[in-house]
Amino acid sequence: MSRKGFIALALAVALLPLALTNNYTYDVAILVGLNAIVCIGLNLLIGYAGQISLGHAGFFGLGAYGSAILAARYGWPPLAALASATVAVSIIAWIIGKPVLRLKGHYLAMATLGLGIIVSVVLATEDRITGGPDGMAVPPLSIAGFVIQGEKLWYWIVAAVLLGTVWLALNLIDSPRGRAWRALHGSEVAAGAIGIDPARHKLAAFVLSAALAAGAGALTAHYSGFITPSKASFLHSIELVTMVVFGGMASTFGAVVGAAILTTLPQFLTVFKEYEMVLLGAVMMLTMIFMPQGLVPTLEKALAAARRKPR
Amino acid sequence: MSAQLVQFLLAGLTLGAIYALVALGFAIIYNASHVINFAQGEFVMIGGMAAAAFVDTGLPLPLAAAAAIACATLVGFLLEKLAVEPARNASVVTLIIITIGASILLRGLASLVWDKKIHALPAFSGEAPISIGGATLLPQTLWVLGATVLTVVALWWFFNRTLTGKAILAVSHNRLAAQLMGISVRRVLLVSFGLSAALGALAGILIAPISFTSWDIGVMLGLKGFAAAILGGLGSGPGAIAGGLALGLIEALGAGYLSSAYKDVFAFVIILGALVFLPNGLAGRRTTERV
Amino acid sequence: MLLRAANLDKSFGGVAAVQALELAVAPGTVHSIIGPNGAGKTTLLNMLSGIYRPDAGSIFLEGRELTGLAPHEFAAAGIGRTFQNLQIFFNMSALENVMAGRWLHEACGLAAALLRLPALSRAEHRARAEAEELLQFVGLERWAQAPSDGLPYGALKRLEIARALATRPKLLLLDEPAAGLNPTETREIDQLIRRIAERGITVVLVEHNMKLVMEVSQRVLVLDQGRRLAEGDPESVSRDPQVIEAYLGVEAC
Repeated sequence: MSRKGFIALALAVALLPLALTNNYTYDVAILVGLNAIVCIGLNLLIGYAGQISLGHAGFFGLGAYGSAILAARYGWPPLAALASATVAVSIIAWIIGKPVLRLKGHYLAMATLGLGIIVSVVLATEDRITGGPDGMAVPPLSIAGFVIQGEKLWYWIVAAVLLGTVWLALNLIDSPRGRAWRALHGSEVAAGAIGIDPARHKLAAFVLSAALAAGAGALTAHYSGFITPSKASFLHSIELVTMVVFGGMASTFGAVVGAAILTTLPQFLTVFKEYEMVLLGAVMMLTMIFMPQGLVPTLEKALAAARRKPR
Repeated sequence: MSAQLVQFLLAGLTLGAIYALVALGFAIIYNASHVINFAQGEFVMIGGMAAAAFVDTGLPLPLAAAAAIACATLVGFLLEKLAVEPARNASVVTLIIITIGASILLRGLASLVWDKKIHALPAFSGEAPISIGGATLLPQTLWVLGATVLTVVALWWFFNRTLTGKAILAVSHNRLAAQLMGISVRRVLLVSFGLSAALGALAGILIAPISFTSWDIGVMLGLKGFAAAILGGLGSGPGAIAGGLALGLIEALGAGYLSSAYKDVFAFVIILGALVFLPNGLAGRRTTERV
Repeated sequence: MLLRAANLDKSFGGVAAVQALELAVAPGTVHSIIGPNGAGKTTLLNMLSGIYRPDAGSIFLEGRELTGLAPHEFAAAGIGRTFQNLQIFFNMSALENVMAGRWLHEACGLAAALLRLPALSRAEHRARAEAEELLQFVGLERWAQAPSDGLPYGALKRLEIARALATRPKLLLLDEPAAGLNPTETREIDQLIRRIAERGITVVLVEHNMKLVMEVSQRVLVLDQGRRLAEGDPESVSRDPQVIEAYLGVEAC
């Protein structure tokens, strides 16, 4: 299933440009890809390892600002800035993850929520470094002197990173480590009884998902040429969790689908700009009430049931 | 005590009273249904905004306040009936998303039904500041503190002396046993949501003369109320009150003495610290998982 | 002695669940723990698997002290277990549940997992084969691909045993494996426990079903209110008057 799915995704990504008519549509596609990368990581944390994070936009923001500041204020080559920011955020996630992941359920939700808000407030307030609420400019990405600009080129870069991320995630899930994470989600007590150290694995899932969020954040910053603190806001964290839960927990393709649908939907709704919040809220509520497993697993189950029906 | 300190303490207590009311709302709903109602802050918003709207139509303040609380209570009933009950057996994450979705929905509706401007309620008994020990006190502050104390007493009486209140407590301790005793859990849930909504709306009305109201004040208030409830130990009424007051004082003192730009952050930093060192809150019970 | 526990004490909020308990389990035996409800049987098992830390006393496995270690360290030392309240991984298939049990014997670094190195692929094939063999051993081969939440209760109890066996334990703790099973299923569990003992795995069994206990154990420990009431071979324990009184009450005239 997953190999066929991966090929289907690769085909879709390769053929999509045929349907993209102008720079705006390319832009939306790129945004979908970047969100999908974050969502895949978040899905590993929520759907597989069974934890929760209501502050993941904080990692996204830190990655974005980290890379932006290193490149813009300290003149680092953007690629080095991007890599360093991702590594730095991973280390931060490792440090705060240790105490925080001892918490469970609503308490963990509160802790991650608090962390996210602290990050977004700090980013908005320390304006000497970050440019404050109005944000700061970010130099474009360049590899060996070649400047990467333009939506078409960025599309292929994001597509490549996305496919790479999906491939890594699928491998991970199908490995003993992936099973260990899913065991943790299934029953933490039983996982301990078969030798799985809950603390170590929760931390690994947390750091990995933070790294993906930070990397995607940094890419976003260099792509847009600009970054604002709203990227680290509570609302953004909620949007990310909604994409994961809507698309399907414990489903990598679900994460991609969720990111795709919930990123493009508001674009169609700009006509109904005033109703955007009402519709977003309604979508969140209705999907969770009627499709609590998420879109992709619900469809998979429906297909499996249909196949089993006697003709 | 320096006048400045008194000033900050009063501000902290006022803020704390509001947080306490919001936190109580969280605690009541959590106890009855094990749901964290992320839309709690929106009840505060509805209280203030509806009251302001009613006052604009010419209604005298007390009637406007009562009408606003009634509106919020109705919204609370609807939330329980339409969003929470259908998803009764869902996982923690799913329920969190549902209530967050509800809060976004309510905020969107508020911006449509009313507007995105800032509104104010007239102060209950005038604006002339009172002087205490060199610090100035707004009369509204006395209303906030007084009303909160009265509300807490009324709630205590409700939970310990009335049948409905005791039924709610029974459900929070052991849902199955309560059902077997003939208590309608569905009604208990409805009452809990309605009650929490009313508390939130009251808080919104009390604070509106001082810090105004608008369509999006619910977000931060809700999050901080949640933080206060966690600080006090999720599910504990006294804990929620203590947590709310503590949070208000921390915020006021921090904003006054340390940094007003980081006002919003103090609460969350303290919460994080508390969670890491006191994983079950100030008054929460340590539960052991039965295997 | 494979397992030796001395002077174990455990209280919860002032209530003593286990008091001054001693236990010695010889390798290759089936050792049962019986007693009325509330006697402290599950508390004892939870201490022997690291879920509870004893308030006092010590636990030794093959001479190595395990007291105070975390549950996953107990598992790594060679103690496997099943649970009274099923703790199946319902988010995985039956086969995956058993494959998960092999965790301790599958070295898998994060990089190897992410990149799916060839060695890992080969190891996965072996893992699958071994898990299928274990499912066959407990009689669940036809459920291999099924999602675990589709299995009947009796099958789930055996699935937990298969998962615990996948850890290749020296000592297997079974917490009421026959609870809620009908006589036919109980007989199957009886035979399964014998087969496990034949493989050389030492078994400590908590059970209410006296018939099962008598047929399958070499030694029986009787607990009552957290203390040892009697210990010995099944025959003598079943005739012990104190045991009869605690379990069946004084005979009414």
